Amino acid sequence: MSILTWTWILTGLSFALYIYIAYASRAKSTGDFYAAEQSVPPIMNGMATGADWMSAASFISMAGLISFMGRDGSFYLMGWTGGYVLLAMLFGPYLRKYGKFTIPQFMGDRYYSNSIRVLSLLCAIFVSFTYVAGQMRGVGVVFSRFMGVSINMGVIIGMALVFFYATLGGMKGITYTQVAQYVVLICAYMVPAVFISMQLTGNPIPQLGMGSAITAEGAMKLNDVTTQGKYLLDVLNNIQTDLGFSQYTNGARPRIDVWFITMSLMIGTAGLPHILIRFFTVPKMRDARSSAGYALLFIAILYTTAPAIAVFARTNFIKSVHNVKYEDAPSWFKNWEKTGLVGWKDKNGDGIMQIAKGKETDPKSANEVKIDRDIMVLANPEIAKLPNWVVGLIGAGGLAAALSTAAGLLLVISAAVSHDLMKGILKPNMSDKEELIWARVGAGVAVCIAGLFGIYPPGFVAQVVAFAFGLAAASFFPCILMGIFNKKANKEGALVGMFVGIAFVTAYIVYFKFVNPAVNDKDHWWFGISPEGIGTVGAALNFICMYVVGKFTPEPPQEIQDMVGSLRYPGKLVAPPSAGH
Amino acid sequence: MSVHATKELQAYWKENLVIILGHLAVWFFVSFFCGIMVVDQLDKFMIGGFPVGFWFANQGSMITFVILIWTYVYMMNNLDKKYDVHEG
Repeated sequence: MSILTWTWILTGLSFALYIYIAYASRAKSTGDFYAAEQSVPPIMNGMATGADWMSAASFISMAGLISFMGRDGSFYLMGWTGGYVLLAMLFGPYLRKYGKFTIPQFMGDRYYSNSIRVLSLLCAIFVSFTYVAGQMRGVGVVFSRFMGVSINMGVIIGMALVFFYATLGGMKGITYTQVAQYVVLICAYMVPAVFISMQLTGNPIPQLGMGSAITAEGAMKLNDVTTQGKYLLDVLNNIQTDLGFSQYTNGARPRIDVWFITMSLMIGTAGLPHILIRFFTVPKMRDARSSAGYALLFIAILYTTAPAIAVFARTNFIKSVHNVKYEDAPSWFKNWEKTGLVGWKDKNGDGIMQIAKGKETDPKSANEVKIDRDIMVLANPEIAKLPNWVVGLIGAGGLAAALSTAAGLLLVISAAVSHDLMKGILKPNMSDKEELIWARVGAGVAVCIAGLFGIYPPGFVAQVVAFAFGLAAASFFPCILMGIFNKKANKEGALVGMFVGIAFVTAYIVYFKFVNPAVNDKDHWWFGISPEGIGTVGAALNFICMYVVGKFTPEPPQEIQDMVGSLRYPGKLVAPPSAGH
Repeated sequence: MSVHATKELQAYWKENLVIILGHLAVWFFVSFFCGIMVVDQLDKFMIGGFPVGFWFANQGSMITFVILIWTYVYMMNNLDKKYDVHEG
């Protein structure tokens, strides 16, 4: 069977499964809709969190991105996993003990202020929409590349599916479809990686294969017998230096910038509402801790494989294209040329493809080959000549990654509207039934807006993803942390801290990305910190403001301090722990 | 199940904070220190085909993160039992 047939079959089956699960787990109350009745087993919550977290970008783009960045790409790996250590120890269990449904609600209750609740819900909506725009586009792109459907049609199919299970099932439906989506996406990611690792190094575990020596069979695959017995990373380093790139295992970015970006991504992860609300869905505090452990385990399976794929794919790609006559080019190269992800421009007219530093469009560079970073994952199975069903799996996996993340984000938006804005502030007396209708309407409207973003992608999406993390890092992270670990953290401090954090990060990013992009380089950044890493500084400013303003303004009321005390222990408290003060 | 003694709970919270700080120290050490600050110095050594600093940045830190969460889960479950606040 052809790749196209396999893709349709596998995608069709996976969609049927999602619809069945959504129907079986439809929501009956707001508790169901927002928090799946707090009945999700931790291992399931771990899988759902993994699918929630790993987006179209993680699945399709990350390995390719790293393959171009070498060691510098490690800030994505560390930054997008390290946040879970913080979630497990600093946030998850205590938010579960709090037990309500949304992050703006927690912020509003803890800081006894509706202004903070409104500010938080605006942040939550902004961050989630920024993120979801990329997901719906990702759905369209996967459809168009693998199934010959137009991007817009793909977005509409994806919208219809998410609309069905998000409005019907709410958190409950989303959680169990995400479990299925995790299984689909991890299989799709791992199968080609295992095959390729075997081919090149004889080691079935890609994480180990990346640091192993190339076998005789692998050397044949690379069309270079001299590579046999050498470490794969050494071979890649040599290839890189021969072509005029820097060594793969060396970094080029200033270390201070890598440090700040890593920190910003970590605390941004820990401040993202769609991840935080997952901890509301488990039965107990201890389950919140272990579900963070499962989540990171399931995420790390993909994230430790990504750098291996980056190394395999880059070595394979250069070896099978560089200095090869175009007419002898491998069939996958010609297949993917049609999509524009790879291309060749014979600048010196010798009919041979040459890879070098620089862009293929730059007449001064000797480079003749266009390589889009997404090709490293998408064409990986074809480069390794794997069976058609494996190639078909990639499409289903990419869709699972994009749809699961989109659904989690849409739920945050819908809950922010129905629970925080309507029930919390505008119409506090409405019934549970009425609120559920609002939640469904909110989810439906959010899906449609997200779909519009997918069909008419705003040009600034790539720029604002850094913004989403920076904002989460500078607004939610410090306030939730202090809200749990410092009983004396008060409303005034939180309000000033959030404003300063948000304003600072916004100003810095808007200046370098939109107002004056010409000076967006390390000589102009403050202390060499790029806009991607500025969230760390924003968070630090938020902490300082909270502390200083808190010193000069009244303490929070006693019942708030007691509430904070009660978050810290499992079980019901009879005597408040602050009674001794 | 309910919790009575205030002093005991403060001790429970203190122990929790010590455990958290210990874990955060390791978290910082493997990623920010080994994976970023001294990465070039560590790259002079090899484990198998990996330069050590590169390994920390690409795999070691993530593997350590997973282990860290599970040791935290284990220690906190024991702490819950020690102070008799464990949930069912």
